[in-house]
Amino acid sequence: MSTAPDPGPVQPLIRCVGITKRFGSLVANDAVELTVLPGEIHALLGENGAGKSTLVKMLYGLMKPDAGHIEWKGRRVDLVNPEAARALGIGMVFQHFSLFDDLSVLENIALGTPGARADAALADRATRVARTYGLDLDLERPVWTLSAGERQRIEIARCLLQEPELIVLDEPTSVLTPQETETLFASLETLRARGAGLLFISHKLEEVRRLCSAATILRGGKVVAHADPRAETAASLARLMVGEGVSDVRAKAAVGSGPAFLVVDRLSVKPEISHGIPLREVSLTVRSGEVVAIAGVAGNGQSELFAALSGEGGMITAGTITLDGADVTRLAIGQRRRLGAAYVPEGRLGHATLPQRSLSDNITLSWHETENVGGWFLSLERLKQAAGAIIHRFDVRGPSTDPRAAQLSGGNLQKYIVGREIERKPRLIIVDQPTWGVDARAAALIRQTLVDIARDGAAVLVITQDLDEAFEISDRIAAICGGVLHTPVATASTTREAVGLKMTSTDRQAEVAA
Amino acid sequence: MMGLTLVPRTKVSRLREVVTPLIAFAAALVIAGIVLKAMGKSLMVALQVYIIEPLTTSWGLQEVILKATPLTLIAIGLIFAIRANRWNIGAEGQYVIGGLCGGAVAIFAHGWGGFWVLPLMLAAGVAGGVAYGLVPGVLRNRFGISEILSSLMLVYVAELLLDFLVRGPWRDPKAFNFPKSVNFDAAATLGPIVEGGKLHWGVMVAVLAVVVALVMLGRSLFGFAVSATGEAPRAANFAGFNDRVLTLQVFAISGGLAGLAGVIEVSANIGQLQPSISQGYGFTAIIVAFLGRLNPFGALIAAVVLSMLLIGSETAQIMLKLPFDMTRAFLGLLLLCVLAGEALTRFRLVRKP
Repeated sequence: MSTAPDPGPVQPLIRCVGITKRFGSLVANDAVELTVLPGEIHALLGENGAGKSTLVKMLYGLMKPDAGHIEWKGRRVDLVNPEAARALGIGMVFQHFSLFDDLSVLENIALGTPGARADAALADRATRVARTYGLDLDLERPVWTLSAGERQRIEIARCLLQEPELIVLDEPTSVLTPQETETLFASLETLRARGAGLLFISHKLEEVRRLCSAATILRGGKVVAHADPRAETAASLARLMVGEGVSDVRAKAAVGSGPAFLVVDRLSVKPEISHGIPLREVSLTVRSGEVVAIAGVAGNGQSELFAALSGEGGMITAGTITLDGADVTRLAIGQRRRLGAAYVPEGRLGHATLPQRSLSDNITLSWHETENVGGWFLSLERLKQAAGAIIHRFDVRGPSTDPRAAQLSGGNLQKYIVGREIERKPRLIIVDQPTWGVDARAAALIRQTLVDIARDGAAVLVITQDLDEAFEISDRIAAICGGVLHTPVATASTTREAVGLKMTSTDRQAEVAA
Repeated sequence: MMGLTLVPRTKVSRLREVVTPLIAFAAALVIAGIVLKAMGKSLMVALQVYIIEPLTTSWGLQEVILKATPLTLIAIGLIFAIRANRWNIGAEGQYVIGGLCGGAVAIFAHGWGGFWVLPLMLAAGVAGGVAYGLVPGVLRNRFGISEILSSLMLVYVAELLLDFLVRGPWRDPKAFNFPKSVNFDAAATLGPIVEGGKLHWGVMVAVLAVVVALVMLGRSLFGFAVSATGEAPRAANFAGFNDRVLTLQVFAISGGLAGLAGVIEVSANIGQLQPSISQGYGFTAIIVAFLGRLNPFGALIAAVVLSMLLIGSETAQIMLKLPFDMTRAFLGLLLLCVLAGEALTRFRLVRKP
């Protein structure tokens, strides 16, 4: 299992031989070996920071390896830029879409296709490709009206128009609902059957086990195993990825054990940015002692909801927000903190923290309104002490005793940010994407912490794209879609499919029928 | 084709940070020396004029400090604005309005004023600078107008207003039609620290401003809010620092200090209002703020170095028969070298693969 598979009689499509890439003192890829055969869906597995993105960037000519080389169909090649990679037949579908919101689907396809214009000929080709691979596309629609799944289909169609033989997909399912994921898998299966090789980057192990026939697992920049995911369990793959076993979250809070703390009543918000999502009559109650999760695909109003609940922005046109009975609809974030609220925004650097400041400096951001940070003159000693306590309690690991926020890994920084809020002993904590891009161990610790403080009597609201996470930690769960929040239901009495369905529907009545 | 590219350094040593400006200064001297040599000028005289004379003679030293005073005061204010990522390019205008408001008090009290004239002048100068500085701030908050443009354009408004006043209503009737106001009374003159010396109390005010700014920026919650707003506006918003209020605060501080510099200059050095009461201090102070790395103490040092060179340039025009533009070019050269040094402390220059 831990030796490279014999390429066998089939000529490999691409082979990486001893690929090494360094960034300063960090070895992002250490003598990586990877082989993808035609007609194979090959998984590239690893935690965040394992070196997947670096490897893929070299495969697509965006970076050059410091050592080692790449072979394309047995011949050594030098991928100097993405054009060279595309000319060979390597296509790439990025995790983050590069689309122009104001242009139509066809215009976006034309922009990504060298030498093409948005004319009838291209529309013809695009329609043909879309039909062959089951990609449902309306070429005339402007992109800003499309869901994440539809946007991804544009990227895939754009890639397929170049007729690539190897297609690299970087975490393609991270923004999709379960139903959209099914559609994607059907298209990928068609591609595979037609002889293309696919490199599927993911950390969702169940998907990999279903879809892929081979896997290369990276940890800390090194290949730790080549495996057949169909012969492994999700747990055994996770062990390979993470190193040691990752514990499950223990003991959920008792359902609705306390009085309502956060009450949102028919809240409507006008977005501040163009193409932002307006919130439409959002109603929600979070009681002390429970965890409520809001599940949804990114870009369906979560950021707007978080901003409205925290008091950071957005024009509230109707409705009210109350904290412990007090109307806070018009209050600033500081005043809401005084009433016992704490907030963890999605953006770790530049939103939750000042990237170039030390962790002790960053305490001030969310503490100055309610905690003793020395008054008008900040007490550096007090701040250092507070940061030290959080670092110790939440096992934050950094390069020094008081590192700058930007020096921490995603997981360690998130532990610090969550810790900073918990240390304030909030009565309500609202967390947007608690474990997005966080390594498995830190994610487990953060989820456990949220469940624990709910059990200790705090009201916890989690906004997440990760449906598994929502099910793991919440007592009640609500789906959000297009700025409409569905009524929360008890997590124990619903299914992933039912929630997934609501994640694609803006019809609040539909759930009654479902 | 071989290219060069900048790669961020993983670590910047303290030593490098301290030594770089010195090396940059030396490099500027060497390049300027080569240019002067090529022009057939004497390097010894140049060194004498630019560096030795201003720093070793009592006259030169006093002139350097007098020039550094308004530069430091204005730069301190600008540091607050720039740190908050608010671009007040109009300190020159706020300086002029400060001088104008203070001068108005002196002209009004001419011949009958008492001990109260000087404090009232200073207060009027600060108030004028604050009010004038707030205009671009309010325009930005209310209408989203770029403060860079509005603050810059208000400089010309201020200059022309002063020009109009000293040619018209405020002109001294006994001045043979020269565009200037009456000479200020002794009660309206900021006196020397030591009787008979040239250094006035404004120098102490500038030093005090440096100390206060150091404490405010380094240790206070307000200073933290200013820097946070500049470094990451979303994080500052998350912290609950009100972006609009902060905009007004930093414009008030930078306008007020520029106004204070203006009234001090008018009262202590010029002694009357005239069409030109500044030598571009408001613009030079922007350079001072950046050369000082947006640190109040750094700005003090930068103000001294720059005023030394400015005075050297004046002498050089006479002693070396250097064209005026040449002396300006040397200032630009120094700025380039320091900025290049700044970039090279944080980045490495490597050959592009």
